Amino acid sequence: MIRITGSFSYQGQRLFEGIDFALEPRAWTCLLGPSGVGKSTLLRLLAGLETHGEFHGHIETGDGELLEGRVAYMAQQDLLMPWLDVTGNVTLGAKLRGETPDLDRTMTMIAAVGLEPHRHKYPRELSGGMRQRVALARTLMEDKPFVFLDEPFSALDARTRAEMQELAFGLLDARTVLLVTHDPAEAARLGHRIAILDETGLRETPAGPSRPLRAADARATLELQSRLLQDLRKAHAA
Amino acid sequence: MNRALWIALSAAFAIGLWQAIVSLTGVPHFILPAPLAVLNTLIESRELIAEHALVTMTEVVLGLIAGSALGFATALHLMSSPTARRLLMPVMVFSQSVPVFALAPVLTLWLGYGIWSKIVMTILIIYFPVTSNFLDGLQRTEPGYLDLARSMQARPREVMWRIRVPAALPAFGSGLKLAAVYAPIGAVIGEWVGASNGLGYLMLLANGRMKIDLMFAALFVLAVFTIAIHSLVSLLAAWLARRATGAAAS
Repeated sequence: MIRITGSFSYQGQRLFEGIDFALEPRAWTCLLGPSGVGKSTLLRLLAGLETHGEFHGHIETGDGELLEGRVAYMAQQDLLMPWLDVTGNVTLGAKLRGETPDLDRTMTMIAAVGLEPHRHKYPRELSGGMRQRVALARTLMEDKPFVFLDEPFSALDARTRAEMQELAFGLLDARTVLLVTHDPAEAARLGHRIAILDETGLRETPAGPSRPLRAADARATLELQSRLLQDLRKAHAA
Repeated sequence: MNRALWIALSAAFAIGLWQAIVSLTGVPHFILPAPLAVLNTLIESRELIAEHALVTMTEVVLGLIAGSALGFATALHLMSSPTARRLLMPVMVFSQSVPVFALAPVLTLWLGYGIWSKIVMTILIIYFPVTSNFLDGLQRTEPGYLDLARSMQARPREVMWRIRVPAALPAFGSGLKLAAVYAPIGAVIGEWVGASNGLGYLMLLANGRMKIDLMFAALFVLAVFTIAIHSLVSLLAAWLARRATGAAAS
């Protein structure tokens, strides 16, 4: 479990305050909201990344240990190094720590995302979907209990996005995942728990009895999606 | 029409214009010699010119290599030490307001008439553009890469060599291209101030003896050499840029 409470301001402007947000262990928690309300900032605070703002509050973990070094991070941009091939990118973490990469594990991860035939290709030779699969393999290589995903699928086309959601959900099973997204359909498919963050603050929308991964075209998924969309718009209209 | 043909046409046009000025104005040959006279001298004095050209080329090439290496190392050091950056950057920027040419007599005094005062002059002239271009590139690393590295608990040393440096190689290449244009200027200035060898020395000598055709021939060789070294360095810079996008290896 991770819980963050507190307020955050950026250049004197309050981005959110009195927030209380927790991640459920070994489940996907989706943080849904419009652009610019601080979803990514919340994720970056938890991940220990630079936010350029002021945070007053606490981050607690269930076991009382620091989060540092236990989080794998994946962003909307694939952040692949253009000068490294697929294998080089997947083993980047180990090399950056000055360790010798485990090549068997690397091969397993590349195979798990279906890129075995492309393992010697460079990012520029790959499609957007394939590049994001390399990024997923690199995230898996890190083998961390917490995985923070910052809109990783939002730049992909609809079909690739659906495939990536399924692949990622399968591979990140049993980890504590935080998925930041602005897409109600994505939250409806993937969230064990779904929280909405907007200008009025943070609140949770009950995900109902069904469990993810929910089929994109199942009735329960579509109902949840429309509930989320209504929830998103309600506060804005008020 | 292809590019080579255009270049040939352009050269023919320039030489034609030059010949026309000589013929029409009747300017004396010790002011502006005709193109053909220069060509004659170039062929007749080829051994003399080649001997001096070799000295200048050695100075330029050694200066380029040493200056680029120094610039590379300085930028790396400034990048990894914020203290050094704060301490040295103002000094470096200020040093640029001192005309480097003005240092040439001092260098000759300290290092003598030989090749070393010219090499040091060349290094001084290219050091700043190489350093500042490369440092700029090192500082512009995509912030997302650094977030990723941070989440991976990367060592600062590895971030430098595995992310910042490879991403900044195209910027280093831009610095090298500037250096290739400046380097011959440094060497020739050094030779003008005090030398017994080199194309700059030969030009002054020819000028003093009113052998203007020899002066033009030396100038021509210097120009061709500068273009050649610039083309060579541009190829290297293009390769560095391709490498940074993963295009060189595939």
